[in-house]
Amino acid sequence: MTSIAATLDPRRVETGKLAAIILVGVGVIYPFIVADLRDLPLIGDFIPGVRSMVYVLVVTMMALGLNVVVGYAGLLDLGYVAFYAAGAYAAGWLASLHFSQVNFHFFTTATDGLQGIHISMWVVLIAAGVFTTIVGILIGLPTLRLRGDYLAIVTLGFGEIIPQFVRNADEDGLGFNLTNGVNGISPIDTLGFGSTIFNSDQYYWTAMVLVLLTIFCCIRLRDSRLGRAWIAIREDETAAAAMGVPLMRTKTWSYAIGAFFGGVAGAFYASFKLGANPSDFFFTFSIFLLCMVILGGIGSIWGVVTAGLILGYLNIEGLANIGAKMQEAGLEFDPTKYQFGIYGVIIVAMMLFRPTGLIPERRHKIEIEEGVHDTPFYDVQTEGALTDRDPRDD
Amino acid sequence: MAATAVAALNRIRASSVLDIVGLILVGLVVIWLAAKFADNPQRFLDVTLIGLTVGATYALIALGYTLVYGILQLINFAHGDVFALSGLVAGTIVVSVFGLDADSSIPLIIGGLLLTLAITMPGFALLNAAIERVAYKPLRNAPRLAPLITAVGMSFILQNVGLALYGPSSKSFPNFIPRTDAIEIGGVAIQWNDIAVYSVVVPLLLILTWFVRSTRQGKSMRAVAQDTDAAAMLGIDVNRTISLTFLLAGALAAAAGLVYMLQFNMRYDTGFELGLIAFTAAVLGGIGNLQGAVLGAVMIGLVQAYNEGLDGTPGGDWTRTIVFAILIATLVFRPEGLLGERTPEGA
Repeated sequence: MTSIAATLDPRRVETGKLAAIILVGVGVIYPFIVADLRDLPLIGDFIPGVRSMVYVLVVTMMALGLNVVVGYAGLLDLGYVAFYAAGAYAAGWLASLHFSQVNFHFFTTATDGLQGIHISMWVVLIAAGVFTTIVGILIGLPTLRLRGDYLAIVTLGFGEIIPQFVRNADEDGLGFNLTNGVNGISPIDTLGFGSTIFNSDQYYWTAMVLVLLTIFCCIRLRDSRLGRAWIAIREDETAAAAMGVPLMRTKTWSYAIGAFFGGVAGAFYASFKLGANPSDFFFTFSIFLLCMVILGGIGSIWGVVTAGLILGYLNIEGLANIGAKMQEAGLEFDPTKYQFGIYGVIIVAMMLFRPTGLIPERRHKIEIEEGVHDTPFYDVQTEGALTDRDPRDD
Repeated sequence: MAATAVAALNRIRASSVLDIVGLILVGLVVIWLAAKFADNPQRFLDVTLIGLTVGATYALIALGYTLVYGILQLINFAHGDVFALSGLVAGTIVVSVFGLDADSSIPLIIGGLLLTLAITMPGFALLNAAIERVAYKPLRNAPRLAPLITAVGMSFILQNVGLALYGPSSKSFPNFIPRTDAIEIGGVAIQWNDIAVYSVVVPLLLILTWFVRSTRQGKSMRAVAQDTDAAAMLGIDVNRTISLTFLLAGALAAAAGLVYMLQFNMRYDTGFELGLIAFTAAVLGGIGNLQGAVLGAVMIGLVQAYNEGLDGTPGGDWTRTIVFAILIATLVFRPEGLLGERTPEGA
């Protein structure tokens, strides 16, 4: 591995490796032990089922994708849900009954003679990723010229347009039934080989493989020439450009790659849920993913994975479980109702008190602690100080 | 691939073909509107009035975005939620404290509404300034994304405060201002409701303009917006000025909340969408520019009204898409907005 890993404390790397191996090991055998775990006293009620774990892994994968955009390149993307939608609908188009006017089968698990396009879900996962990448580039090209906060608002705009588009793009709204409107596309084909289709356990293992692949890609990307260019842009765009980093191309790549993971995860989850439904694609989902990145540590792969697992679990099951326990104890409080308020508190508290996240990324920590010189938020550093020079330099 | 496309895009920009395309598009819209007017003048004018009234409400919110952006270069995502919460609180005050309903006498209604404004405007001004102190001020020296992310978090917190206090259902004022025609100008009937809206918005806009143009505090606001360092060197208290800006923005949001409640229902999450629309208005007019915010808000109000009120348009289902398309088009074609000056941000 390259410089960043080498400069880390070797003991920390060893502990980290060990923890990762144990985590993966437990993960692999999880479907076999989940029933026993659920019988345990006290914590048994809080153990998530395998189906919930698929969701947790999918959102973790999306958070890793978002981390490429927000964490590495420092581009605040508030519309990541658009990529999820693009991936899910790509799966809907390529592997369902939706286009019943066409009849095309390709290594699919769907029965012969079924109407519509049915391409093997494995191929569809890749195709959905590629489609979403193209969507990402199309969104990126006109907007990535803009700096920081403008970009945030434009991505937010796209994150709002795309869900509304899929809600309306049916016979009435568009004149051609592209997305089947509010009903969404359902059922979408399942993953599988030959005519055997996957059950929840197999989906869970597949999700695990996808997450591990994503982690691997993220590590390799981070240490690559491209990844270092992203971090240079994040730290100081002007300096990066002066050193010969092509800004637009580099930013577009981060957008495209972030979109790819979102698309694959979206298609995978659509196949698991057997459908793509417009009610899944709300702005709040983008914020939910952003919250994972912030909580875990901007740019920190292991932090994002940890936060993704925690928040994913809380969102699908944890808050409901906690709420049930509280109601048993006689408290009239339903945490699921206030989940986004809770995420809001997490975001604000993290930004104010621990902006580097749970597991800080070394480089980002330096940026936060020593400050960066990329367009300071406001030039007067502290009350009464007149320049943006670091007082320690004087 | 991407790079060549970008290079091509840059060349296009340089030759300002994009400007021409933009102008042609605007021209087509104008021609289309003229055709609609010729087709059915009565309906067109009615719809225009609706658009103006809605736009006036948006203007109050958009001013809050533009004031804060002008001085801190921060998109205050929480602003829309301050507005929504203020509307909900105004609803409670009007009903529970003053006991206004459809049968109340006219002086009572006017007095009650003014007193409500007198309570909510300072209250939410303080809330907005407190948000700045707690959530944004510690991050002034952090990377620029930090306060932006915090603002998103604040927005969700405020929304959930609204949810906790008012529940998930829509709230509205009792129907105490009759939706009957007050006066008729050139065949367009103006309702009492509209008059109430304008009689809040127009004085506020005048006061704000006077404040920013002519008072010492207004001058220091403009000075800080132009150059924080230079302003600080000349003895302007920057922190105080920033707090003042947030106070003003909060007061305007509270007024907007009441005005909005005069026309529509409010829910705990209304502020999110309205905030985005108002932000679009601010960008369209030229962010940081007060007149621009009003102009942009009126234009967005008109676009929305025409889209929902005239025939042959995509209709209400697509309003949000159209508004955001305008936002994106503005940022791509003319990032400085209609009245703004070209800033390094957009260029």
